[in-house]
Amino acid sequence: MNFEFSEEQVMIKDSVARFVRDEYDFDTRRKIIQSEEGISRDFWTMFAELGWLSVPFEEQYGGFGGSVEDLVAVMEELGKGIVVEPYVSTVVIFGGLLSAATNEELKSTYIPKIIDGSCLGSFAFLEPQSRFELADIATSAKTCEGGFSINGTKTVVFNGASADSLIVATRTSGEQFDRDGISLFMVAADAPGVSIDSYKTMDGQSASTISFKDVLVTDSQLLGAVGQGMALVDQVMPNILLALSAEALGIMATLNAITVDYTKTRQQFGTPISSFQALQHRMVDTFMACEQTKSLLYRGLCDANKAAVDPSVGTAELLKSVHALKATVAKYGKLIGEEAIQIHGGIGITDELNIGHYVKRLMTINVTFGDADFHQKKFNQLSYSNF
Amino acid sequence: MDINFSAQDIEFRDDVRAFFASEYDAKVAESLSSGQGEDYKEAIVVWQKKLHAKGWIAPGWPKEYGGTGWSVTQKFIYETERGAAGIPDVVPFGLKMVAPVIYTFGSEEQKAKFLPRILSSEDWWCQGYSEPGAGSDLAALSTTAEYAGDNYIVNGRKIWTTFAQFSDWIFCLVRTSKDVRKQQGISFLLIDMNTPGVSVKPIPTIDGKHSLNEVLFEDALVPRENLIGEQDKGWTYAKALLAHERTGMAEVADSKRMLSNLKQRAAAEVNGGQPMLDDPVFQMRLSDIEMQLMALEYTELRVFASMAAGGMPGPESSLLKIKGTEISQAIHELQLQLAAYYGGALQGDLTNQQLGHDFAAEARKSYMYGRAATIYGGSNEVQRNVIAKAVLGL
Repeated sequence: MNFEFSEEQVMIKDSVARFVRDEYDFDTRRKIIQSEEGISRDFWTMFAELGWLSVPFEEQYGGFGGSVEDLVAVMEELGKGIVVEPYVSTVVIFGGLLSAATNEELKSTYIPKIIDGSCLGSFAFLEPQSRFELADIATSAKTCEGGFSINGTKTVVFNGASADSLIVATRTSGEQFDRDGISLFMVAADAPGVSIDSYKTMDGQSASTISFKDVLVTDSQLLGAVGQGMALVDQVMPNILLALSAEALGIMATLNAITVDYTKTRQQFGTPISSFQALQHRMVDTFMACEQTKSLLYRGLCDANKAAVDPSVGTAELLKSVHALKATVAKYGKLIGEEAIQIHGGIGITDELNIGHYVKRLMTINVTFGDADFHQKKFNQLSYSNF
Repeated sequence: MDINFSAQDIEFRDDVRAFFASEYDAKVAESLSSGQGEDYKEAIVVWQKKLHAKGWIAPGWPKEYGGTGWSVTQKFIYETERGAAGIPDVVPFGLKMVAPVIYTFGSEEQKAKFLPRILSSEDWWCQGYSEPGAGSDLAALSTTAEYAGDNYIVNGRKIWTTFAQFSDWIFCLVRTSKDVRKQQGISFLLIDMNTPGVSVKPIPTIDGKHSLNEVLFEDALVPRENLIGEQDKGWTYAKALLAHERTGMAEVADSKRMLSNLKQRAAAEVNGGQPMLDDPVFQMRLSDIEMQLMALEYTELRVFASMAAGGMPGPESSLLKIKGTEISQAIHELQLQLAAYYGGALQGDLTNQQLGHDFAAEARKSYMYGRAATIYGGSNEVQRNVIAKAVLGL
């Protein structure tokens, strides 16, 4: 039994932590957000040089050969700095899908570019009608001469504005909600027929509405077999949820630490407000919420490691664990964010203080790939149907 | 990260399972769950003697006094298997509470006199800490022990004394000095329940059972040799014991078993033709608990893993009691909800068939008595005070 990160993981974790502490202070972050692109290309290049962009990729593509555990180690520290550079979009999601893909040519073309920092990628999956249901895809890819023609609109494509390449979830056959008949294509962001409307999001990042009009793609742009795209998404989703949860855990721990420190210095009624029991018990509750979330994250990692060895026995447990984790991240994240603001008092709702910015990233993570209720319902289906 | 056990540990786990399966038979289980009064005591003694005969009655003790010599991992496995099998823990007052004080701070004579009889369940112990005026503020206790000749003369009242009606001995915190800081004038005294001047008064509880009592001391003479360690140092001994007891209070295995029973019952209870387990609102309530328990299970594993690696339990250990008791209460609540009308029935001698329901009485009793879990052993509010100070530095 072991819950320690390995020596290598601790090294990379420390290196991200040092960056956040020494180079990514709150003012630096604010300036980046206010810049034209909204992310720092210099830092991105630095991430590449430090090897952070190579973490989850196989060695044959120039990667670090890491597991989801390595990814989690990085994400927790990035969370502590609410780093806005598109690590989740490019490395975790776009890179994750590529890693799971069976199209060797695509993999050997794009993964090295992710690793050297020259390719930013996004996953275009959501549509106006689809909310959290990933298989609700109306964007069509119809066969035509030379390949497929994509038509439709994708919404809330994270970091779509900076992305060079998009993985687009399309329907090649079947009805709107069918899990069969979904195909994933690699599409260049500047391909003819692709138009991108971008906007800022409250967490300091950005998203885009992307429409596809008669966008021509070929077989060579398919990530896997035609119609089998959901299998790739299903395979990668636990890792995405674990990575997002790790980011959230980093934020939750930071919010708690800042809040506890603040109460020790803030004086009212002639005494630090940390001496008030009404506040103490609330901070104990947020401390426990954070530890319980960490335990579920570790549970998810243990289950992921088990499923990696034997998917036939491990996958059901892993799914239960990640649904429980994501639901808990959302619930406890909300608790911790709201308590941090309340305990800070008036200053907690100012834009000037970092608290609100941590909270806004937590709120964004909360809805990404399903909110608390969505994941709890999935958990219920797995746990109580056919009991 | 992984939760794998070594081959030897798995072998040990199989041994424990096999022993429980053969020795904790239906007869023992039935007498423990339905026994009343002296029958209940007898049922516990029968089971504890089986554990003693196997040498497994006191895993927490040092080997020289009759402990098992198990590793941290083995102790953890044993506790997990016990909870999973639905076997109640040993009565803690002798084996887990006074014995560690005796073998840590007691004299050689005291060890020789008391420890073997605790191991064999010949002596039953109860705990004399709380008083009407000293609950969470335990150091405010006012039961006095006045030194005279070779004896202490004890006067006062202890309250919430579980199983005093069955007990041969009581270990007490008593005041031996006034005019000092309140923690400093307290001594740790072992008192024979048959001493003239000691009397027991039952306190019926809201579950309809009798487990709690008041214990009165009226000029009870207690020989000097029954003092543990030094006079006025009792608070230190009691605190050392608390630290000893703080881990292992999450009772995850027990809650997992209760939750699994609850699911089976929810699958059988029907409303409007639909099993309650399929009811979406009930499912949400159920998974609120189950997800927290899944987290707590790993919190407990984290604590255990750091201890097994030779370290101290980290700050996460402090939440085990709070979350463990909150979760077990939440399970009790849902079970009572499931029993609906029948939860209020005082079943008496009626069979389940006559009543029309098969777990209502148990659901009511465990809900009612279960309220105590967040009160005893340091109320959950006191636990929060402790975390605020010791972990968060507030």
